[in-house]
Amino acid sequence: MISFENVSKRYPGGHEGVSGIDLHVESGEMVFLTGHSGAGKSTMLRLVALLERSTRGQVRVGGRNLSRLSRRLIPYHRREVGMIFQDHRLLHDRTIFDNVAMPLIVAGLSHGEVGRRVRAALDKVGLLQRERDYPVTLSGGEQQRVGIARAVVSRPPVVLADEPTGNLDPELSREIFTLFEQFNQVGVTLLIATHDLDLVKRMNRRTLVLKQGRLVGDNHRDFSPPLARH
Amino acid sequence: MTAGVIGISLALPGGLHLLLNNIQTLSGGWDASATISLYMRQDSTEAQVNAVAGQLSSRRDILNTRVISRDQALDEFRRLSGFAEVLETLDDNPLPMVLVVQPTASASSPEAAQALANELGAFPEVDFSQLDLQWLQRFQAITAIAGRMVWVLAALLCLAVLLIVVNTIRLEIQNRRAEIEITQLVGATDAFIRRPFIYIGFWYGLIGGTIGWLLIAVSLLLLEAPVARLTGLYNSGFQLSGMGLQNTAILLGCGVLLGIGGSWIAVGRHLSSGEPT
Ligand SMILES: Nc1ncnc2c1ncn2[C@@H]1O[C@H](COP(=O)(O)OP(=O)(O)O)[C@@H](O)[C@H]1O
Ligand SMILES: [Mg+2]
Repeated sequence: MISFENVSKRYPGGHEGVSGIDLHVESGEMVFLTGHSGAGKSTMLRLVALLERSTRGQVRVGGRNLSRLSRRLIPYHRREVGMIFQDHRLLHDRTIFDNVAMPLIVAGLSHGEVGRRVRAALDKVGLLQRERDYPVTLSGGEQQRVGIARAVVSRPPVVLADEPTGNLDPELSREIFTLFEQFNQVGVTLLIATHDLDLVKRMNRRTLVLKQGRLVGDNHRDFSPPLARH
Repeated sequence: MTAGVIGISLALPGGLHLLLNNIQTLSGGWDASATISLYMRQDSTEAQVNAVAGQLSSRRDILNTRVISRDQALDEFRRLSGFAEVLETLDDNPLPMVLVVQPTASASSPEAAQALANELGAFPEVDFSQLDLQWLQRFQAITAIAGRMVWVLAALLCLAVLLIVVNTIRLEIQNRRAEIEITQLVGATDAFIRRPFIYIGFWYGLIGGTIGWLLIAVSLLLLEAPVARLTGLYNSGFQLSGMGLQNTAILLGCGVLLGIGGSWIAVGRHLSSGEPT
């Protein structure tokens, strides 16, 4: 579903976000991405969502070669990839309903279909009663669940989460991860960057370790350290 | 604010253009005032000149004639030239008699009047003829230059309007940065992002154009009474022409086009600056 072939991302200014990443994630996998701050976790997710383009190598998602994808087609790619952020990225002048509806509105769905799907997604994250409220009236955990509802409302095959539990206590974090497992059970491919090593261990899933932009650990693959190639 | 500036920027060239059109209409009626001066030979007598005047007056292409005697010519020269002392020293009046010929309206176009002047210049009693069209030609040349300048001014002000719109929309985009970014994140196309800003630009243009139209209309209203008094004095049937449907459409169309164009540019710049690299 997602593959990296010797991918590097050099930011303007010369700093390497990731270097020489080789990775293959099957459809329906749920993969954790760990590593210290600055290791390149966000960079990898941004490459998959095509918020950045690789400066070397090729990223493929669902058979699409992202380095060859024209600018005009980027929006259609993003509709296939739901994204969740540590800071939620909600619009505070819009209701919960309107926030969650955004991916459907930009895709041009009919009014009735939008209402139906938004309520289904809000029901899934347990916030159906709050659809008329504004994000500021919600707790941090609830706001993150709105962000999750927005990421999955259009039923994308791939969902990316960048430190989704960074600001949450362990109890709420567990709830969020349980939600992710439920999405995974219906076939969604998930790539989750997180600091929360205890929780990752308990989930017992494929876990990647990044260090200074290089992939240095993968518990589900025979892993040869990238240094060996050089 | 933006709409007001657009209004003024559009009203200025629009109003000047209208004013110039009116002046040209007005001066079109002045062709009739072309005159031909026939300077008679020194040795021609008053009787001969009067005979020529009578003969010319009966022609179909000549409205009337007027004889300026040598004494009258001398008086006029004295008054206008300031060379009175020089003339005192002369024994004789050196000035010829002049026959001023006014062609009819149909014979007053520059070409026809020139042909008539040439023909009359060949009369044996006439020393030479002079067509007094020059001031009219100069006036028309000046209005033509003024017309060009209005176009240049219009182009510059349109550019100014475009920049104003670009800047206004740019600020609007700044205010809605987060919204735009998130909308793009969930898969909005450029067209989807652009649409609301195009609407904003459209309304700025339309309202600005309407303000410009109102400014011109009010100016015309204020000018109407003095112009009527003036043309009344000259017995002229001239009437100040208003904006008309076509000019109104052009004014509003320019406003709307510039509004939409400016938005398009502003959004385009923002979109290309946010492309993934
Ligand atoms: N926009 C950027 N411009 C320049 N350098 C960046 C940018 N984003 C990230 N980096 C650098 O790339 C490296 C990886 O960053 P990131 O992917 O955000 O790490 P993580 O998410 O694991 O904390 C860091 O050294 C960071 O400083
Ligand atoms: Mg990060």
